[in-house]
Amino acid sequence: MSDAVKFHFEVDGSDFSSAGAASVMVKKKLRQLGYPPDIIRKVSIAMYEGEINMVIHANGGTADVEVSDEEIVITLSDRGPGIPNVELAMQEGYSTARENIRNLGFGAGMGLPNMKKYTDSMKIDTVVGEGTTITMTVKL
Amino acid sequence: MATDYKHSVSLDIEKCKGCTTCLKRCPTEAIRIRDGHAVINSGRCIDCGECIRVCPYKAKKATHDSLSILGDYKYTIALPAPSLYGQFDNLDNIGYIIRGLLDLGFDDVFEVACAAELVSAYTRKYINREDVKKPILSSACPAITRIISMNYPDLCENIMPILPPVDIAAILARDKALREHPELKPEEIGIIFISPCPAKVSYVKNSFAGERNYISATISVRDVYFALLDVMKKREDEPLEATESGMIGIGWASTGGESTAILNDRYLAADGIENCIRVLDQIDNSDMITLDFVELNACSGGCVGGAMTVANPYIAQARLQSLKRYLPVSPNRPASDWIPDQYFQEKTVEYNPYSLLADDRKTAMRMMSDIESITKELPGLDCGSCGAPTCMAFAEDIVKCETSADECTVIMRQIFHEYLDKRRGESLLERFKPLTPRKNPETEDGGNDSK
Repeated sequence: MSDAVKFHFEVDGSDFSSAGAASVMVKKKLRQLGYPPDIIRKVSIAMYEGEINMVIHANGGTADVEVSDEEIVITLSDRGPGIPNVELAMQEGYSTARENIRNLGFGAGMGLPNMKKYTDSMKIDTVVGEGTTITMTVKL
Repeated sequence: MATDYKHSVSLDIEKCKGCTTCLKRCPTEAIRIRDGHAVINSGRCIDCGECIRVCPYKAKKATHDSLSILGDYKYTIALPAPSLYGQFDNLDNIGYIIRGLLDLGFDDVFEVACAAELVSAYTRKYINREDVKKPILSSACPAITRIISMNYPDLCENIMPILPPVDIAAILARDKALREHPELKPEEIGIIFISPCPAKVSYVKNSFAGERNYISATISVRDVYFALLDVMKKREDEPLEATESGMIGIGWASTGGESTAILNDRYLAADGIENCIRVLDQIDNSDMITLDFVELNACSGGCVGGAMTVANPYIAQARLQSLKRYLPVSPNRPASDWIPDQYFQEKTVEYNPYSLLADDRKTAMRMMSDIESITKELPGLDCGSCGAPTCMAFAEDIVKCETSADECTVIMRQIFHEYLDKRRGESLLERFKPLTPRKNPETEDGGNDSK
């Protein structure tokens, strides 16, 4: 892990149109590092979904990505409302997104399930009223 | 593949002033300013022609063949792209153009729009196949195909495997010539494509159609437009020739034409290279888009916006709308339901990661670490004075030993001022001080600083 490269991104919660930008950046970096396409795809989808979630529900946050020869660890942290019922939130199709967000094509209730699906492990630390930190790992 | 790629976009060093206009507009960051002029990285250039459009000194140009190439062949066939038809003001019949081309010395004309109608018909069939990965990405714009091959490994297999209209037009035109003129040897036939853009010139040069690349030369819509103006003026009588293409074929010249021809509303059509990249990023990122077909055109407006055309793309589109108004929908139809094998690409598009920092990941990681730390120290203005489009690209160039850190003018200016502060008494500026006007004593210091 000593050779890990770290990337840090601020995810702007006030500008919905820029959501997904960090995941595009990470994808570019991983390509430059020569990671295989399927790994890049997993990381970018998981991160994209997480980023969108932070913008929709938590007014933005930070995304930290640590890449090494063995794994890629994505840590998404926000100071949003927290997730009251993680089990329910993990169900496909469950969403608390507002109507206007749904009209944009988001809020299908696939965000968290997809993040789990595309990563090898996912840990959710959430405190209602304080925020959520999600750590996802993609193994090589 | 990346290194021996033949490009059409090139630079006239004499005219290039080394300004940063193209540098900032290149969608793949393929341009750097070195030794006072632009340098194009051929591994990254997609021949989109953006730099040709924006260069204030006309230093960027598209290299293509000239009309004099007609003399090289015994029998010549013009393959006009439908965008050619939109260049002319007050034209009410495509027949004038076809006749004009014959008057310019071509022996025959085979409209690319006719082949486009066949491709549309084949696409309608292909889209219904069970084994096809959706959304199907159009293969008509070579700049888009190239950027997909460089950046989107997962989307390579979504690219439509049927040859683009220009290649099918060349196959059909050649067959027709050999049938009608059995005395001709294949090498005596010159099949000359009239192209709206440099990307298609490169496409032909690099023989993406493989052994079935029957196109002998590519000339520009612009050159043909000016040549046609001369011969077309002389003709006031009725055109003798008639167009064989219909609404669908001519529609291919502008964005949406190819998509609407699949007669299915699950499509997306976008144009302008920046928009196309954003669409590709989104398709690449999510499974939620349920589309059958995606048409992306690097040029605004579609092919009518190509860097080798004359007319404004939207004006050209409006002209095409009136030209095709009374034409049949799609007079060119395939002979059977079956798509001939020879109309498929020989090989699928391959992922070619041009941005790789180093072949082994250890080295790449170390370089990436250095890039990150250098970027943090840079001013983040993305001013381009160093010759790279952004501070991050500059950091990459430093790490790749393609430039040196002291090219950053902002940092150099800082160092310069620190140096001056240390040696204030001896500095040249200090000696100039009595010469500077003292109109406003309050801003005296600021005024000195900006000198």
